Amino acid sequence: MPSIVYRLLSTRTLALALVLVALLFYLFPIVWLLGTSLKAPRDVSAMPPKLVFKPTLHNYARVFLAAGQTAGATEFPRRLMNSVIVSAFSTVLAVFLGTFAAYAFSRFPMRGKDDLLFFVLSTRMLPPVAIVIPVFLMYRDWGLRDTYLGLILLYTVFNMAFAVWMMKGFMDEIPRDYEEAAMCDGYSRARAFFKVVLPQAVPAMAATAVFCLITAWNEFTFALVLTGAETRTAPPEIVGKIRPEGIQWGEVAASGFVMLLPVLIFTFLVRNHILRGVTFGAVRR
Amino acid sequence: MASISIRDLRKNFGATVAVAGVDLDIADGEFMVLLGPSGSGKTTTLRCIAGLERPDAGDIYIGEVRVNTLSPADRDIAFVFQMFALYPHLSVYNNIAFPLRAQKTPKEEIDRRVREAARVLQIGHLLSRRPSQLSGGEMQRVALGRAMVRRPQAFLMDEPLSTLDAKLREEMRAELKRLQADLKATTVYVTHDQVEAMSMADRIAVMHNGLLQQVGTPGEIYDRPATLFVAHFVGSPGMNFIPCRLSEDNGALIAERAGFRLPLAQPPAEEVVEQARGRALVLGVRPEDVAVSMEGGGNFLPAEVYVVEPLGSENIVDLKVGEQVIRAKTAPTFKPPMGALAYFRIDQERMHLFDRETERALR
Repeated sequence: MPSIVYRLLSTRTLALALVLVALLFYLFPIVWLLGTSLKAPRDVSAMPPKLVFKPTLHNYARVFLAAGQTAGATEFPRRLMNSVIVSAFSTVLAVFLGTFAAYAFSRFPMRGKDDLLFFVLSTRMLPPVAIVIPVFLMYRDWGLRDTYLGLILLYTVFNMAFAVWMMKGFMDEIPRDYEEAAMCDGYSRARAFFKVVLPQAVPAMAATAVFCLITAWNEFTFALVLTGAETRTAPPEIVGKIRPEGIQWGEVAASGFVMLLPVLIFTFLVRNHILRGVTFGAVRR
Repeated sequence: MASISIRDLRKNFGATVAVAGVDLDIADGEFMVLLGPSGSGKTTTLRCIAGLERPDAGDIYIGEVRVNTLSPADRDIAFVFQMFALYPHLSVYNNIAFPLRAQKTPKEEIDRRVREAARVLQIGHLLSRRPSQLSGGEMQRVALGRAMVRRPQAFLMDEPLSTLDAKLREEMRAELKRLQADLKATTVYVTHDQVEAMSMADRIAVMHNGLLQQVGTPGEIYDRPATLFVAHFVGSPGMNFIPCRLSEDNGALIAERAGFRLPLAQPPAEEVVEQARGRALVLGVRPEDVAVSMEGGGNFLPAEVYVVEPLGSENIVDLKVGEQVIRAKTAPTFKPPMGALAYFRIDQERMHLFDRETERALR
């Protein structure tokens, strides 16, 4: 009898059980979201909740296809595209600028380096909502409201603090020997950076990019205030499903699930890099 | 290949003085070893030659060119790093080709020279591997290949053997020396290992506290150390140091300290005696220049056997004379019991006198 108990409690089994519990915990909302998105309107709010139901693509059709005579697409695909444009550009910008800045912080002596790094970090200490109004006024005066450039700049700035700090840690881990070797091998510092340092920073950049992408992709407050008909991104659009005549939970769930996919796909594509990125420097090389 | 000249090189890191004024001339094709303990400034000197550090003062010439203002890339030198610094994302082939690509060498030429270097270093079968798939010795060879493929003005090596295990280090030592001789490559080699320095160098520059202590052939460094530091640092087991004074007794010179009296059979040269008069001295003698016997007589002096360390090819015998311990190298068959009475004789032609205050050898 005790041997069975021991076997059940063996480290492996225990670890597996813990992983299962964690997975259940994290995946449940997503499964529920997917379930809700596939329910017919009357099943969505059924009490008690229906675990078995006839799946329908009704909600997805409502999200993507305009109703009535003027058949065609809704605004949602455009909103998604806007989200893709704004998130992609701001992520690429933040990651590359962050990488350059981190390299400089890591390698060169500079006056007040710690203060500068702290200043970069301090841009994240204010709740973003607190600066919505000033940013709105500024953007209105500068003609940046309802432009891609405006949102891209804003998200880039938001993500820079994170990107600089994260990349600084990774850059410190890359031995200077490599770029010094490259410089002795006849390369300028800039070429050495691109040829030798950057390729080694790719895992870290991928990990940083995922986090930046998620932040930009999900940003709601500024997107709501600073965008108009042209550039509105997906998050404010989804909130638009909450109408005076009732909350269209099925449609909210369907759009929410569609929102999930791009980030999921990107993370899946760079998953090997991320693993190396987050364990970077943990093993002795 | 080219000669290298260093004129009054100085470099501080904050309040730390790394190099405090070094003058050194390295001939074309010479194997120069910078030898010293960690913190002696040898690596900083090397990095200044490479252009990886900017000197605070002084000039560096490679060939006829003053290179102070040139970037490492423009100095045409090859640097071999302690940790090899092979580019992990490139194959062995591309690692070796890397310096040639910087010069926009034609593809066929790159291929020819990479394969030639690989042949010389016997790493032809590794060309498609990644650095992470190599052993320490293989990495070392690839690093050497990357250095020699470009035929630079000089090789600069920063403790390139220190990460290898002892056996491999011995092999690579001989190989590296042979390679250097074949290439007739001006080489500046930094190490803290005096065996490496002695066995490989044409000349050794011993550094301590940012200053050159002595520059000379391994023979000169070993047989005629210019300072106490050099005498202490080179040789294993280390030189015996006996603090003493010179006194005269009926016209004969005697080196003396409490419980120890060594009459000098052949008095040193007039100038040495002149310099030594009234000064606190240190008498230095290498363990192999101390003869030990169980019988007295002649100018053998009595001592107590303190401890015997058999090393296989030789024994190290510690003798106690008063407060002074004198180490002697003996044949492996000589194994006196501890505490026994033994007799020793110092080879006075091969002993050294140093001024204890200035730490310089009296000549």
